[in-house]
Amino acid sequence: MEQSWKSARGIFAAALALPLFWLVVFFLFPLGIVWLYSFGENRGLTDIALTGTLSNYLRALEPLYLKIFVKSAGIAALTTGLCLVIGFPVALAITFAPPKAKGWLLMFIMLPFWTNLLIRTYALIAVLRNEGYINQSLRAGWGLANGLATRLGQAPLASFQPVELLHNNFAVVLGLVYVHLPFMVLPLYSALDRLDTSLLEASLDLGAGHLRTLFRIVVPLALPGIASGVLITFIPALGAYLTPDLLGGPDSQMIASVIERQFKRANDWPFGAAMSFLLMYLTFIGIAIQGALSRKSREPG
Amino acid sequence: MAVPIITFENVTKRFGKVVAVDNVSLSVEEGEFFSLLGPSGCGKTTLLRMLAGFEMPTEGRILIDGQDVSNIPPNRRPVNMVFQSYAVFPHMSVAENVAYGLKIEGVPAPERRRRVEEALDLVQLHGLADRKPDQLSGGQRQRVALARALVKRPRVLLLDEPLSALDAKLREQMRTELCTLQEKVGITFMMVTHDQDEALALASRCAVMNRGLLQQVATPNDLYEFPNSRFVADFIGSVNLFEGVLAVDEPDQAVIRSADLAADIYLDHGVTGGRGTTVWAALRPEKIELSKYVEGVGPPVIDDAPAGSNSVRGIIRHEAYLGSESTYEVEIPGGRRLKVLRSNLTRWDQEDFSLGETVWLSWHACSPAVLLS
Amino acid sequence: MAQSPTPPGPLEYLRRWPLQVWLLGVGTFLYAPLLALVAFSFNDSRRNIVWKGFTLKYYAKVFHDAALIEAFANSLTIAAISTGISLLLGALAALVLWRFRFPGKAGLDGALGLPIVVPEICMGVAMLVFFAKVLPWPQGLVWPLNLGAIIISHVSFSFPFVAVVVRARMASFNRELEEAARDLGAGELQTLRDVILPHMVPSLIAGGFLAFTLSLDDFVITFFTSGPDTVTFPVKVYSMVRFSVTPEVNAASTILIVLTVILTAIALRLQGNQVAAAAHQPVERG
Repeated sequence: MEQSWKSARGIFAAALALPLFWLVVFFLFPLGIVWLYSFGENRGLTDIALTGTLSNYLRALEPLYLKIFVKSAGIAALTTGLCLVIGFPVALAITFAPPKAKGWLLMFIMLPFWTNLLIRTYALIAVLRNEGYINQSLRAGWGLANGLATRLGQAPLASFQPVELLHNNFAVVLGLVYVHLPFMVLPLYSALDRLDTSLLEASLDLGAGHLRTLFRIVVPLALPGIASGVLITFIPALGAYLTPDLLGGPDSQMIASVIERQFKRANDWPFGAAMSFLLMYLTFIGIAIQGALSRKSREPG
Repeated sequence: MAVPIITFENVTKRFGKVVAVDNVSLSVEEGEFFSLLGPSGCGKTTLLRMLAGFEMPTEGRILIDGQDVSNIPPNRRPVNMVFQSYAVFPHMSVAENVAYGLKIEGVPAPERRRRVEEALDLVQLHGLADRKPDQLSGGQRQRVALARALVKRPRVLLLDEPLSALDAKLREQMRTELCTLQEKVGITFMMVTHDQDEALALASRCAVMNRGLLQQVATPNDLYEFPNSRFVADFIGSVNLFEGVLAVDEPDQAVIRSADLAADIYLDHGVTGGRGTTVWAALRPEKIELSKYVEGVGPPVIDDAPAGSNSVRGIIRHEAYLGSESTYEVEIPGGRRLKVLRSNLTRWDQEDFSLGETVWLSWHACSPAVLLS
Repeated sequence: MAQSPTPPGPLEYLRRWPLQVWLLGVGTFLYAPLLALVAFSFNDSRRNIVWKGFTLKYYAKVFHDAALIEAFANSLTIAAISTGISLLLGALAALVLWRFRFPGKAGLDGALGLPIVVPEICMGVAMLVFFAKVLPWPQGLVWPLNLGAIIISHVSFSFPFVAVVVRARMASFNRELEEAARDLGAGELQTLRDVILPHMVPSLIAGGFLAFTLSLDDFVITFFTSGPDTVTFPVKVYSMVRFSVTPEVNAASTILIVLTVILTAIALRLQGNQVAAAAHQPVERG
């Protein structure tokens, strides 16, 4: 039972004051300024006049930027889909693992998650670049094949051309999947873990096979967990900055890079502010949809 | 008469629009083992929590030793509580748990140690002082909770459903121990329970509550044999109830006529009410005697009951053998089924009556309890 | 290990080969790049991936790289201070939300969730604007005061995480424990100290670990609040990585990975035991 704040005003006020102050001054207030700036215009180098204009938003919806929004959403969706496909069997395996193995498997999935994002991205660069492990292995293979060809009296093969794995959209999606996989596995696992195993046993007992049980029983019941996994993966993937910046090429810009450029290089704060609030609105829409879905699935019948 | 140790004066407690306790007045004498009994949600726990200080009465006063405690917070009241979940502090050892209250009180360390030891001896936990609660069984944790409360030497020990979390065997054993403990320490105990067996077995006096109202306050014996309402009769034990009117109402005898029963109910004592009043007769299953029906022979006559009363014919429709006793459901003319309980006095006894057999049901003229509400 | 003779039960998915292959594949995907990174930090060769022998010279280089060391020290300092503040703020917020019923509670609850869901980039630019226009952090302050802007931003996004973890823990608190303390004579503050706080400890450890890692890990928000003399480890590595892949970065990364693994192990050990102990306490309330 919660108690009314009136029954202990002193303690209530003392406990609330600090976090509330921090939240308002160091979080809500800064966001509020950015929101105001999104309706402003540049006047000179550092002055911004709050004119209430909507031109920044209109500019953000021009085809050039709209394309980036669509593309970012597409990349984030692809990432989310891949994470779901890769992560679901993993979550399933963890759910039905013996209790002791469960802890270790969760650790196994979580450890990369605790590792610094930059280091993980850097590790991928080392794998993917032209002088990276994959291309070096391919080169070695190519050399062997070449040697074999000359020994058999064939003409030598053309010189080795490294496969372009880095600085393109492929690398961005791969990197995003690499980084966000644990985000997907954890909510899936917690949803599956709450499932009553006797439901699965009942399905098997009634004659359904494993795949049918999976799609007819497990997936529908785990739907709220799947929805929250999708959301938890999609939101950070949509706003990702570091991964596309380091792994992407010139054509794989995402929203965050555009926003960063407005603030750090182009110095067009009002436009950057409008872009970042559009990104926030997209995020909130995602959360609202997920909330509606999970409410619906909780309704009886 | 001495001042009662606890007095509730017209206490009412509302949670929003819900009336949890409705104008309850009650007093408990020093040394009693008092039990608050009732179905869940009847307000008994709220009453106990008001005594402990966790809830404030909306109206009325609560006195401990004649002193109004309404404005005294729980940590300064001379009562201590054994919680339903025991609430043994999980991060403290057994000894630390028991010492906690004394430490707060500022009792010096040597005395504290002595009293903790005494308390642990009292509940037979010597040797477990350094254990952590997660190394204890449910029964042992309850003993810790008891020791922790008793070591404070409260005026009243409050027990909130103390046995509900234990399994059946242990519950039986703890019942006896609680009784012994109370005799040993001589402190007034006030217990809340929804389990009538528990209340009857332990308490020197019980208060039965329903929907926030006090129904009856009496000794266990009186509650069972002289209930004052259909609710109490039905809540305590099991009962066959007949609605009827008083056909005869004299100082030394009375007759109740019920449409449900082919026979009159004859009583060898007077009833308050007067002719024509609607009353209820409550007849306990063990107070009905079964006898064989023989074609052409009338019912057995008990206590000079007039012909056509206190006996009825029936057919056994259901039988359950429970070891020490057997229960029967017997259908009487008109279709009602009566519950009958019969002790299995010999090893072959239970074979006497079988399903479908016609039998006589009869009872003593003093057995039915007459209820006016 | 001896092969278990019993065939897998119907729900023992872990013992079926397709799933084992899948797990192995995912494991390789997650770990191979990191293991390669660690391995080649010991490789005695500057640019080739061919193994040329074991060396610690890149570690020696890292330890003599004053800029990198400073960035590392900055990161740890920021993480430590922001974790401390986050724990205090998060625990207070959790206590208020767990304990009290008050007007505007849903609003506070939602606002506390914002820093968790708002995209990092948005929070980063908000902090940039805030420290540029409203609270310009003075240049040239003595260490660690010069890190103030970064610390403040880190607290803003980590303390709601702490609040979530602590609140989840408090949901399992048996209120009878608190009443028992009051019943035995403890006042409000004594109850807080003797009963509520000990119950909170595992979540404070978990929340502290989370806040520390989040702070150590953060690049984007720091990127927008750090200046030329307040470089953190991720920002430093970022500037190094932009140019090339070098064994020095491998070595520095390996140090951080090892630190992370050790921290995780400590947190799991501390938390696992405490939670196990607390889980035995029954919470039975009708």
